[in-house]
Amino acid sequence: MTTFSIAWRELRNLFLSPLAWCVLAVVQVIHAWIFLTRVDSFRGNPAGVEGVTDQVAAGLFSLASIVLLMIVPLLSMRLMSEERRSGSLTLLFSAPVRMSEIILGKYLGLMGFLGLMVLMLLAMPLSLAVGTHLDYGKLASSTLGLLLLLGAFASAGLYMSTLTRQPAVAAVASLGLLLFLWFINWLGQESARFSEVLHYLSIVDHYSSFLRGGIDSVDIGYYLLFIGSFLILSIRRLDSARLQA
Amino acid sequence: MATEPSQALVKVEDLYRFYGSRCAVNKLGFELHRGEILGLLGPNGAGKTSTLQMLSGNLAPSAGRILIGGVDLLDEPLAAKAALGYLPEQPPLYPDLSVDEYLLYAAALHRLPRPKRRAAVDAARERCGLKDVGRRIIGNLSKGYQQRVGVAQAIIHMPAVVILDEPTVGLDPIQIREIRELIRELGRQHGVILSTHILPEVQAVCSRVQIMHKGRLLFADSLAGLTKRLDVTSLVLECRELPGVKELRALPGVASVDKLDSRRARLRLEPGADSAEAIATLAVKEKWGLRGLTPEHKSLEQVFVELTTADDTEVAA
Repeated sequence: MTTFSIAWRELRNLFLSPLAWCVLAVVQVIHAWIFLTRVDSFRGNPAGVEGVTDQVAAGLFSLASIVLLMIVPLLSMRLMSEERRSGSLTLLFSAPVRMSEIILGKYLGLMGFLGLMVLMLLAMPLSLAVGTHLDYGKLASSTLGLLLLLGAFASAGLYMSTLTRQPAVAAVASLGLLLFLWFINWLGQESARFSEVLHYLSIVDHYSSFLRGGIDSVDIGYYLLFIGSFLILSIRRLDSARLQA
Repeated sequence: MATEPSQALVKVEDLYRFYGSRCAVNKLGFELHRGEILGLLGPNGAGKTSTLQMLSGNLAPSAGRILIGGVDLLDEPLAAKAALGYLPEQPPLYPDLSVDEYLLYAAALHRLPRPKRRAAVDAARERCGLKDVGRRIIGNLSKGYQQRVGVAQAIIHMPAVVILDEPTVGLDPIQIREIRELIRELGRQHGVILSTHILPEVQAVCSRVQIMHKGRLLFADSLAGLTKRLDVTSLVLECRELPGVKELRALPGVASVDKLDSRRARLRLEPGADSAEAIATLAVKEKWGLRGLTPEHKSLEQVFVELTTADDTEVAA
């Protein structure tokens, strides 16, 4: 109950700042441009091996994941650090609210915003349904994959935001962490010894099977573990903040 | 609740707080009852804010117990916090929200059921003099109004205990008077704890005073007890023809004499002496041309300095 009040407030707050609108607009323009080039290349090669969903939608979703990897830290950075810096965190701490409710509320608020972004992204390939047949199963699995991936990005960003009072520091730290988890499987190609572990750790690798239409419990498990770990870390961090402050 | 006066609203026992090896709060213990306004007085860095942060659940104590309405704050934080309203030094505001949006959010956080929130917001706005600014954006309000929004946030759920950390800092004299009036009114229904380093503020609003220094409680008494410490200690005598120092020394109850100028002298009185009347009578009889006889009270500042520089042996329980 309180969790949803906090989530709703967070979502509304995001839209009160010009940052959210700006991010929505920029991301949408980039996605639209990717989408159009994909459609263009499909038009030039209609007899290709891949269907329209694979070539347009999967390509769009794959590039979108990279774009959003850069964008999510900008949205998650002020979740907690801003509250700490402005002192408004005291409002939450003095109210009869559990730490878990604060973190979950903040997280769900951001996920609401990211969900909206995914809907706007999804609208583009769906618009092709007017002129052709789409593989809705693949679209659904891609959407699920993207939501899980964004959920992971957001949880890492939220944790980084609990660590510092400076939103910019939180943004850089979470961007660094996410980039590292993305690059880690390139490392895996170099060294054969750890390649399996490194592939498993890579945050983007688990996403690719969703794009091919495969929903694997290993991949879902990876993301849920990732999200759960960072949320629990955030809650613990808030708890210990009262000890140090 | 109110039927049992023995039940303290706030009970603090042996509270300690360390920052590293520095002890910010040292074996603090006190009680607050309904209808009391407790003033926590002390210089900057005395541990007032740390104490209030611990009382409000924003800071974990290193040791000790805090009971809010008989509920342990550390064991059952949710139940205890429900009876608390806290305004920190810096009001915890969201500058982008309107006053109404903000107070509705505060009401939701305090788990007020949805249908009651609107009425609670209206009541809090009414009490804090915010009736006309409900739709204004908080960031655009003056500091005084922002402070009132902070107070409104602290009382929106009608808590038994209201904790205010330096509520009048940074306000202009008119706003200070209004906030003090508001605090006095709160004191009628809630128990109020407020911290300040402004001594007259305590005299203006508080019913009980505690003086803190270096994390310790130096003095705890009613306001009357504090006033008693402010006894008359000297008289300033002003005469057209001031007699010599020797003659003044011989006056009843006078311990020493400082000649201020040709017409005025400060007469330091022996402890407990009440000789103003005798001196006035004598001055008229001797035709000194009495112009004025002004009692000088020991200022609250002096008491404060005395207490804070006194030896550790003077620590009051």
